[in-house]
Amino acid sequence: MGLGYLVKRLLTMIPVFLAVVTLVFFTIRFAPGGPFDGERKLPPEIKANLDKKYNLDLPLWKQYLLYMRDLSRFDLGPSYKHSNRSVNDIIGEAFPVSLELGLWSLFWALLIGVTAGGLAAFRPNSLFDYIPMSISILGICLPTFVIGPLSILVFGLWLGWLPVAGWDTPADRILPSMTLGFAYAAYISRLTRGGLMEIRTQDFIRTARAKGLKESTIILKHSLRGGMLPVVSFLGPALAGLLSGALVTETIFNIPGLGRFFIQSALNRDYTVVMGTALLYFTLIFVSNFLVDIFYVILDPRVRYE
Amino acid sequence: MSDGLAATMESPIIVESNLKQESGGVSLWEDAFRRLLKNKMAVAGGIFILLEIILAIITPWIVPYGFEEQNLENWVLAPSAEHWMGTDALGRDLFTRVLYGGRISLLVGFLASFVSVIVGVVYGAVSGFLGGRVDNIMMRIVDVLYALPFVFLVIILMVFFGRNIFLLFIALGLTQWLTMARIVRGQVISLKEKEFVQAAHSVGVRRWHIIKRHLIPNSLGPVIVFMTLTVPSVILEEAFLSFLGLGVQAPMASWGTLISNGVEVMEIRPTVLLFPAMALAATLFSLNFLGDGLRDALDPKGAKD
Amino acid sequence: MSLRKLFSMGAVFLFLFSVSCTKKSSNQTQVLDKANGTELQDLDPHIVSGVPEHHVISELFEGLVTMDPKTAEPIPGQAESWTVSKDGKVYTFKLREGLKWTNGDPVVAGDFVYAFRRLVDPKTAAKYAYHGGYIKNGDAITKGKIKDLSALGVRAIDDRTLEVTLETPTPFFVPLTYHYSLYPVHQKTIEKFGNKWTLPENIVSNGPFKLRSWQLNKVLIADKNPTYWDAANVKLETVNFYPIENTDTEEKMFRAGKLHVGYEIPLPKIPHWLEKKDQIYHSPYLGVYYYHINTTKKALKDKRVRQALSLAIDREQITKNITRAGQMPATAFTPPGTGGFQPSVYLNPKVTPEDLAKAKKLLAEAGYPNGKGFPKFDILYNTQESHKKIAEAIQEMWKKNLGINVGLYNQEWKSYLANRQTLNYEVARAGWIGDYNDPLTFLEMYVTGGGNNDTGFSNKQYDDLVAKAKLEMDAKKRGEIFNQIEAILMDELPVVPIYIYTRTYLIRPEVAGWYPNIMDFHPLKFVSIK
Repeated sequence: MGLGYLVKRLLTMIPVFLAVVTLVFFTIRFAPGGPFDGERKLPPEIKANLDKKYNLDLPLWKQYLLYMRDLSRFDLGPSYKHSNRSVNDIIGEAFPVSLELGLWSLFWALLIGVTAGGLAAFRPNSLFDYIPMSISILGICLPTFVIGPLSILVFGLWLGWLPVAGWDTPADRILPSMTLGFAYAAYISRLTRGGLMEIRTQDFIRTARAKGLKESTIILKHSLRGGMLPVVSFLGPALAGLLSGALVTETIFNIPGLGRFFIQSALNRDYTVVMGTALLYFTLIFVSNFLVDIFYVILDPRVRYE
Repeated sequence: MSDGLAATMESPIIVESNLKQESGGVSLWEDAFRRLLKNKMAVAGGIFILLEIILAIITPWIVPYGFEEQNLENWVLAPSAEHWMGTDALGRDLFTRVLYGGRISLLVGFLASFVSVIVGVVYGAVSGFLGGRVDNIMMRIVDVLYALPFVFLVIILMVFFGRNIFLLFIALGLTQWLTMARIVRGQVISLKEKEFVQAAHSVGVRRWHIIKRHLIPNSLGPVIVFMTLTVPSVILEEAFLSFLGLGVQAPMASWGTLISNGVEVMEIRPTVLLFPAMALAATLFSLNFLGDGLRDALDPKGAKD
Repeated sequence: MSLRKLFSMGAVFLFLFSVSCTKKSSNQTQVLDKANGTELQDLDPHIVSGVPEHHVISELFEGLVTMDPKTAEPIPGQAESWTVSKDGKVYTFKLREGLKWTNGDPVVAGDFVYAFRRLVDPKTAAKYAYHGGYIKNGDAITKGKIKDLSALGVRAIDDRTLEVTLETPTPFFVPLTYHYSLYPVHQKTIEKFGNKWTLPENIVSNGPFKLRSWQLNKVLIADKNPTYWDAANVKLETVNFYPIENTDTEEKMFRAGKLHVGYEIPLPKIPHWLEKKDQIYHSPYLGVYYYHINTTKKALKDKRVRQALSLAIDREQITKNITRAGQMPATAFTPPGTGGFQPSVYLNPKVTPEDLAKAKKLLAEAGYPNGKGFPKFDILYNTQESHKKIAEAIQEMWKKNLGINVGLYNQEWKSYLANRQTLNYEVARAGWIGDYNDPLTFLEMYVTGGGNNDTGFSNKQYDDLVAKAKLEMDAKKRGEIFNQIEAILMDELPVVPIYIYTRTYLIRPEVAGWYPNIMDFHPLKFVSIK
């Protein structure tokens, strides 16, 4: 895999990005209702004035051209809902928060997930396998909307160890990041175990074992590399999802992150914010999937990209 | 034409020479099934799932109450002889609702996962195997689909197709097959450099045949593991779709909606959360044992005997 | 490997954080922590349209009047007094002496003139422009029929005298000036900063508090404003407004001592908190929860069917066992006490055997004996747990009492609104909070072709009576007209009222100066912490 591939791959991002902009721009307009519709129906004149103010009265293709013009200047436009803030302002304020939460969660997820999965694969069908895997199943069927309130109740209210909600002190980071991390850890541990079990039986591992290498060395040095492929594939989109904000966790812990805007903006028909968040998410997906593909090569040198 | 014929005739030989453990005459699947039956946990899991499916089918004839039958005075009662799992916030029998919820959730979970697995596996395998430009284009399409705002997608689909139950499977499948495709592709990219695939290639076995006979079966392990993870996330996602009006309509409930209702009264009556969550957990445990067993059984090299 | 190290590091982290996190004690200081519902759109009084916005803007700005915290009746604010002409059309407000903006500029009558013009200006595109429509030529300016803003019926006689000429006598105009759409704004600031003028670094305001900071979805902090005319009597030093969407989170924050005043209690927790009388705010509210019936659809066209549907709803069951916050079963459309009006009783809270027999008879007369042949339809509601529960209950009641089977259909807010407003539904859940304390805010909706009618209902007599009520100055006669209007509405039933809202939220006992009133108005200048 040479530099040529890297450059080529990055260049493909441009047409794909344009495809995303266009696709999202036009599809979201098919949804019923607009940004200014509310319970009290606006008199048609006032509605017309509002549409005019935001250029929503123009034909859609003209709006699209205007949007593309602004986008080429990295201007994502004004928010229709939060009228004194631009989409750039909103992302600038909220994205760092989600990024921090995401990185903390990723840390927990990998730490817990890989450790548990590794332990399980190391001694399959033993207590080391059953206990972590059972916990991981619990983690999967108790989603964040259960774990979140439950952990607030236990650690925030009953034990009083940690704050119930908010995003000020370092202590505020613990519960939400562990809640979110736990959900991902559950997936990662199962994928790790599955991947390792797969690779354990392959020839080069058998050779290593035959050479009398310690089982732990085999796991760490040899198995982890090949066995992590499914985990790495999963991590690509998961990373983008984690970093761009987790709606449920952010809402439950009242964290001012970007995740809330993904759904809020869609429900508010705040078109520009929807576009902004979708484009950000796409960029994250693209970059993390790119990293994943590079990781394939690192993990398995035989993989080649033309 | 003659080339193709030769290829189809040759390929099984290559498979057998590679998967050395393949005992003569018995097919891969029969062999796997035999191995599966030896795994007690997997068998137990399978039986439990089977029981659940039977229970789901006969639910309407065995429940003590109607799923919509209210008694507003009986607000979140504790379990009793009359109501085995207690009642919900509208005084409806929770036992009945959990059983009915199982019908919906199992159907949604298995069908939507099935859709996403089929699409994801084929797409990922083709993309990974063909590689190069095709792979690049196919994977960029996946990237684009990831970026589409899901909420809008569902709302718009509903505008065009109404509240169709099939739409539910499509919407759920849509989100899940993407990651599945990426996992399979990763697996295939790594597999296709392996000797036996290279060998098949060099003797001119048709591409589709290699995908079908070599690549897909050999990446089934992670697929099965991911599928056991997809079922619960689909079941829970259904609850979110019902927020948008897609999915089951009240007063019918699914495990997902029952669990989210349970969270609300968690402190007042934990059993309202506990019972549907336990139903889901039990399903997952069985599914995982079955999945692990299947994975081991399908992987001939992993066989202990 | 270093896994063990990582683990022990994690444990140390956990420990350190838990130690460093000690409860903030805000008991001794005059700092109020208040939950405020969803995040605000903006702080521009002419742009916003929500209730959470009201709670903040009415503290940062002050209009001509403010509200008595006990009675929610207007008391002097920026205006120290006012007079009304005999025909009820010309209001003259006398401003206080020495009023100041937060930047030190004097507040003058011209600021109000600028603000009122800005409200009706089509370029502003204010959602509440129709509040300016009560003022002479306001409506015509908004609609673009008059281009000249100075044609608006408002002028500054001198710096301290403001004269407002109305289109028609509007008895509720003075309380209406408490609404943020009629607050003054600072012209120079707006012209300088454009739509960024409401950011903390730019904003200039005139209320009891001034904006210190505003982080989206986190907190909005306001401090006591020293330039406010009544600053000596403002006791709170700082108010923290927390936007908290999740009511469950809010309740937990309250329990953890992070909030003095909540915003909403999760439905299942209401009975528990109602027992703790000292920690709860509880008052009837100027709003009604009801079902819209589409009078253009097949069976529902028939008045008898609508009456049968209404008779078969046990309202008391719903308020007692589902909403559980002491809501009143609705017996008329207008909440009792709105603008002093007490509507007669038109509907039964309970389903009596006589009601049931009557409902069945009406349905049979309409051609659907025991619900036979009744067309299948859905109850449309926007996704929310309480709406769902009520719809489920009503579905059961109609099934049990009338033998008709209806389905339920929930949609997210905007789709639901789009369907409701285009009459693409049969029965739809609705709620209405009064814009001002007068029955017209409720009854005006159902005139023929009214913007918020949404039911296809049209009745000439009804329209005439509403027009008559608008011109009537005498309070007693107005009341009689309103009862006539109610009588028509409750006989025709394009809307089926279910219950009258209450406001119920958590409040710590040490908060003083917080009195229950029908408008849920609690000017913070009268509030303090004991």
